[in-house]
Amino acid sequence: MENKSRNIRQSWSSLSKKYSIFMVLVVLFIIFSFVNENFFSPRNLSNVSRQISVTTILAFGETILIICGMLDLSAGSVLALSGVLSVASYHATNSMIVAFAVAIAVAVGCNFINGLMVTKFKTPPFIATLAMQAMARGGALLFTNGQNIYQLGDYVKVGQGSIGFLPTPVIFLVITLIFTWYILKNTAFGRSLYAIGGNEEAAVASGINVNRNKMVAFLINGVFVGIAGVLFMSRVNAGLPNGAINFEFTALTSSVIGGTSFSGGIGTAGGTVIGAFIVGFLNNIMNLQNVNSYLQQVVRGAIIALAVIYDIWSKNRRTKSHVGNINEKTKNNDKNSKKKETSDSLDNKI
Amino acid sequence: MSQYKLEVNNIEKSFPGVKALDNINFAVRPATVHVLCGENGAGKSTLMKIINGVYHQDKGEIKIDGEIVDIRNPIQAREHGISMIFQELNFVPEMSVEESLILGKWPKNKINRIDWKAIRENAINLLESEGLSYNPQQQVKELSVSDCQMLEILKAVSNNSSIIIMDEPTSAISNKEVESLFEKIAELKAKGVAIIYISHKMDEIFRIADDITILRDGMVVDSKPVEELTIEKVINLMVGREFDSSNYPKEQLAIGDIKLDVKNFTKAGLFKDINFHVKAGEIVGFAGLMGAGRTEVMRALFALDPYDEGEVYLSDKKVELKTVEASIKNKLVMLSEDRRRFGIIPVRDVKENTTLSSLKKIFYKGFLHSKEEVDSVNDMCLKMNVKTPTISTAIEALSGGNQQKVVLAKWMLSDPEVLILDEPTRGIDVGAKFEIYKLMTDLAKDGRAQIMVSSELPELIGMCDRIYVMAEGKIQGELERKDFSQENIMRYATGIK
Repeated sequence: MENKSRNIRQSWSSLSKKYSIFMVLVVLFIIFSFVNENFFSPRNLSNVSRQISVTTILAFGETILIICGMLDLSAGSVLALSGVLSVASYHATNSMIVAFAVAIAVAVGCNFINGLMVTKFKTPPFIATLAMQAMARGGALLFTNGQNIYQLGDYVKVGQGSIGFLPTPVIFLVITLIFTWYILKNTAFGRSLYAIGGNEEAAVASGINVNRNKMVAFLINGVFVGIAGVLFMSRVNAGLPNGAINFEFTALTSSVIGGTSFSGGIGTAGGTVIGAFIVGFLNNIMNLQNVNSYLQQVVRGAIIALAVIYDIWSKNRRTKSHVGNINEKTKNNDKNSKKKETSDSLDNKI
Repeated sequence: MSQYKLEVNNIEKSFPGVKALDNINFAVRPATVHVLCGENGAGKSTLMKIINGVYHQDKGEIKIDGEIVDIRNPIQAREHGISMIFQELNFVPEMSVEESLILGKWPKNKINRIDWKAIRENAINLLESEGLSYNPQQQVKELSVSDCQMLEILKAVSNNSSIIIMDEPTSAISNKEVESLFEKIAELKAKGVAIIYISHKMDEIFRIADDITILRDGMVVDSKPVEELTIEKVINLMVGREFDSSNYPKEQLAIGDIKLDVKNFTKAGLFKDINFHVKAGEIVGFAGLMGAGRTEVMRALFALDPYDEGEVYLSDKKVELKTVEASIKNKLVMLSEDRRRFGIIPVRDVKENTTLSSLKKIFYKGFLHSKEEVDSVNDMCLKMNVKTPTISTAIEALSGGNQQKVVLAKWMLSDPEVLILDEPTRGIDVGAKFEIYKLMTDLAKDGRAQIMVSSELPELIGMCDRIYVMAEGKIQGELERKDFSQENIMRYATGIK
């Protein structure tokens, strides 16, 4: 009897949790449509989806990394580096295949170094990727001598074109979404990531190769960043060594709003897409309403703070609500170690 | 003036769910060494932490020189002349000797800056008066464990402490260093200092004790001058816990071939020359007091930690296990003593925690075979009698006993031949303990070999076929079931040959 009622409560709470973020998106969408008449126009929505695609693809990479207890602060810079190199190689060869290959190879290479720093030299991911952020940005500026590259020719088709009524970047978004969902849900690798982020020591003691999995996570992130690099440069129709600054923050925000926990071990591909759309729509409505761009930055920062506070709050609440069926002694242990865990993992990351 | 330096009267202390100390009475005479002994978990550390102000008693009083004192934190304890030297020494490694000596009470000069000159002079005087030859500017991290210990004692002396508590001070130092520690203790005694000395090394205890108090399960079982006690008596008093065989579902089973054979297993500083074997259907116990090196041996065997030397044979086949992955593949698994740290992924559900070490069985041909996962987890949870609302409930929501059963289920899913169970019943309630014992009996019936590391002697005696006793990183003795007794085990564990 008691079990049954708990069962129902459990499933209700998990159900509401699963869809609450989606409901937020729907409500925001409706509100925004009333606030500004241009919001719901096909032109605007197609525009937003093109913009969102780049950061959402980055967000998939961040989600994979955050789930296993890491993150990537170099995404925007590596995007710029791989983007300008890709543009240059397109200039030289006129081949879109080469352009993609170069972008992905460069981004994967940078993330290989990230992975090496983290797994081999035990640098905290925060520091490792912060260093890469500076190096990759510097590399992009060095290579272009600080100048933008123009006249991309057919390169723009990838970012600005459409297939049927779907903008091309959205097609890439869908492909990366399916890929992220697949590896998180359907591979032993994905399952291992959740375990590593949830409790790395226990993962090791369960026979999971932590270093190999972390490295693969970075390499996959690299592929995503490379693709995003091509999409970004071709959408803006230029090779911008100074482009995509702070894109990693938009990506991180999307991921966290979509339910990925900064403490590790929790997050989904679907949640990340929804989080990315919430962030994208917010940015879009602020632009449409002519909100001061400096104020916009303040709002974006506040959103990150709120998302993380919500994550920690819901985690604490979750722990508390369990107290009822745990015997006294373990209860106390649980609470303490939980508190410690939360602060520890934040310390590690920030 | 009271005849006692320190008196502890009717002290009681409870933690949620457990009574750690119950009506504790004991008294320490000035200029004596008062030894406190007892098994792991007898309440020694809790009692000392109360005297040192880390915890506060629920009931009872502490008297110093016949006067009641209320000690709320270690700083107040220091003001009352109490110093504690912990097992793990707590110095800041980057600090110099002179800084460590005055940590927390820096002298100031006229313009309110730290007076380094005074600190230097102070340190030199102190070192000289105690006849120690350290360089005051040396960094603490360059000192040995026994040097740090001396430094702690020095610090206690500089605080004019009249009561010094030492928690197993000889556990990490060499024989020669033990001698100089004992000389120091004799000096302190001559100066009138009362020393409370926690140890379970019998030879040591009888060398330096004036009085001995024995704790068991949070109660004082006896407190006497050393002349009235013998080693035999102390051991009997330490282990006198009730043993009831009906608490243990042990069955005498046919024992098969050797499944695990370990030879000359060594890791410098942790354990040395460990030789043992486990047969199919056998439950082999590892007894020993805290710090005996049991967990270290098992962790190295399971490839969680490296080892220096030694050979491991699984079913007569020599193996070199370099990773946990390889151990699991070779059908050797280990349930860790620290469930929260090494056992579970708290935020993930029961299902994922169960299949964590058998991912290849559910992820194949490119996809997760969800139905197979659910079926096998349901099966295993039923077999292990795991009580959980659903298998999609986060494991942190379960009780300790049920979490432990899930961890065991995880290992059973990988179908092991040798199981290392390190403190399998720690922190779980009596009912769940019995269920774990029953599962162990079932595993033995399947012909699996089991190693049970435990600090609870009755549990080892109840469940094992053979027991190895470890102390100081070595196997001190091996007991057959007919020779099992708490006294026999404790004799080896306290280092009496």
